[in-house]
Amino acid sequence: MRGKCGLFFSSYRAEAGLFPSAFQKTCLGLFLAALCACPLVLDTYHVSILNVILIAVIGAAGLNLLTGVCGQISLGHGAFVGVGAYASALATLSGWPFVLSLLAGGLAAAATGMVFGLPSLRLKGIYLAIATLAAQLILEYLFLHATALTGGSNGLALDAPQILGFSFNTDTRIFYLILAVAVAVVLGVANIIRTRPGRAFVAIRDHHLSAEIAGVNLFAGKLSAFGVSAFLAGVAGCLWAHYTMFINPEQFGITLSISYLAMIVIGGLGSVIGAIMGAVFITLLPELLNLASGGLAGLFPDMSASLNALREGVFGLTLILFLIFEPEGLAHRWRLIKAYWKLYPFAH
Amino acid sequence: MANLEVSSLTLTFRGLAALMDVSFIVPEGQIVSLIGPNGAGKTSMLNCISGRYTPDCGQISLDGLDLLRLPAHRRTSLGLSRTFQNIALFKGLSVLDNLMVGRHHLMDTGLLASILYFGPARRKEDAHRLKVEEIIDFLGLSPYRHQIAGRLPYGVQKRVELGRALAAEPRLILLDEPMAGMNLEETEDMARYILDLNEEWAITTLLVEHDMGVVMDISDQVVVLDFGSVLAQGAPGEVQQNPEVVRAYLGSEDSHFLGR
Ligand SMILES: Nc1ncnc2c1ncn2[C@@H]1O[C@H](COP(=O)(O)OP(=O)(O)OP(=O)(O)O)[C@@H](O)[C@H]1O
Ligand SMILES: [Mg+2]
Repeated sequence: MRGKCGLFFSSYRAEAGLFPSAFQKTCLGLFLAALCACPLVLDTYHVSILNVILIAVIGAAGLNLLTGVCGQISLGHGAFVGVGAYASALATLSGWPFVLSLLAGGLAAAATGMVFGLPSLRLKGIYLAIATLAAQLILEYLFLHATALTGGSNGLALDAPQILGFSFNTDTRIFYLILAVAVAVVLGVANIIRTRPGRAFVAIRDHHLSAEIAGVNLFAGKLSAFGVSAFLAGVAGCLWAHYTMFINPEQFGITLSISYLAMIVIGGLGSVIGAIMGAVFITLLPELLNLASGGLAGLFPDMSASLNALREGVFGLTLILFLIFEPEGLAHRWRLIKAYWKLYPFAH
Repeated sequence: MANLEVSSLTLTFRGLAALMDVSFIVPEGQIVSLIGPNGAGKTSMLNCISGRYTPDCGQISLDGLDLLRLPAHRRTSLGLSRTFQNIALFKGLSVLDNLMVGRHHLMDTGLLASILYFGPARRKEDAHRLKVEEIIDFLGLSPYRHQIAGRLPYGVQKRVELGRALAAEPRLILLDEPMAGMNLEETEDMARYILDLNEEWAITTLLVEHDMGVVMDISDQVVVLDFGSVLAQGAPGEVQQNPEVVRAYLGSEDSHFLGR
């Protein structure tokens, strides 16, 4: 049933639900079922894109909690993903079961995030951005030069993850593993946002003096935002490492940090759905541009080199156009569309 | 039970004194108003009590407990809450969530419990929601419950801020110019709320306000600050007659109250 002219609740509890209407619950169920069925109809290449998207969703949901919800910008997220990747890879290589490696990757990243989050207690905005950029550079340096641990520029190779003897050694198999983690992360982050810790994060973002008056400990609040956010980055890193089965420092550079920021800005700051939409958009855009430039190169074979260069430019241009015309993110547009259809045909 | 005691408080900014040797008492259950011309140090006084500023010397105690030893966020659980002179809401949160943040110190849901949500975290959210609804009813905020606070009209935002302070279940509330910028009707409503929360909920109140009509009507006592020092204190009638107060206010925008 669709809530045509609005929804009415008979209890506060029903109103506070994540998916307040039966219609929404059904849609979500269908969506998840469709996702689960994807590997049955898609070829391996497309499943691999889905895997990359889901990993990005995990990292972006984490960054959105820190930057969108708590207002603390981080340019070090790519390196936090790297910490999770290396820590979990090392754990797996020394014989730990995958689930423990996943946890280890998350916790190592969380600890790193909290240490590099310390400047946030004194710095804001652009100054915090610079401080976290320093974190990114320091960690990148360590990935490259702590060769005994990370293998330096040679990188680390590892095997597909195993749980209870079952090996997730194909794109399709690992898809279900990544999907399960991503769904858990998305629900967990949504729950944080709608309860006490999440409200405290927003309070810190919107007015830190008032937050203090309400009894929010700014120190603990900011650090835990860094902790949770980096934990999720670490989880994304662990999945990435075990999915690609090869990691090297280049994968966790400043470009990764920036593309995570692009995801949450394009998707919509401060909401879970924004992180999801941004992750989908930023991951798919290069693929679509690839397709387009491939098609054009077929038509004009002698131009393929310049088309490649053009692709990068179009990527940047698309981002800029989005920022100008959709500054509140895709999630906001999505809400407007939903509101429109709810009142249809009486919308004005 | 809340008895605020400020004694010999001095606060300086780079050598300039904002407060000089200020002493006064806010007895339990009373409404005490802190008045004075612009720049007299009223907001600075509230900031010292709530923990935003650290005074150079002097004491502040609540029911005999030394407030100055505690960081701002820990003073809340002693029963202290406040509103700000300029609206200081969480702009991106709904009215409901603004008030729920007010109850932060009364709740104990940690990160893990909140991630799992079902069970204790959910029950606690529901219970606190009921309390918040009481305050929403009291302040007539029901129509705005789910609206984003930053997009509401000014007068409503002022009420939401009062609501957030009340949600913390304070015993002592500090109000910094709650009527500033309000029209006559909104001012009367606000005065009514302050009297009600003082009488029915037994919340001791320290009020900073420029609207002398309101101050003289609802205060049990008035403390007058001028250039950071206490010029006079006592019952509203006495203070109004005090020649020093009359002199301090001459020519200022609040001087009309002298002629009443
Ligand atoms: N953070 C600060 N740094 C420097 N000076 C300050 C600061 N806060 C207040 N002051 C100074 O202290 C004095 C008292 O200011 P305060 O804001 O307490 O006045 P007020 O009585 O609240 O005035 P108003 O009625 O205009 O709100 C002023 O001279 C002000 O310039
Ligand atoms: Mg003031």
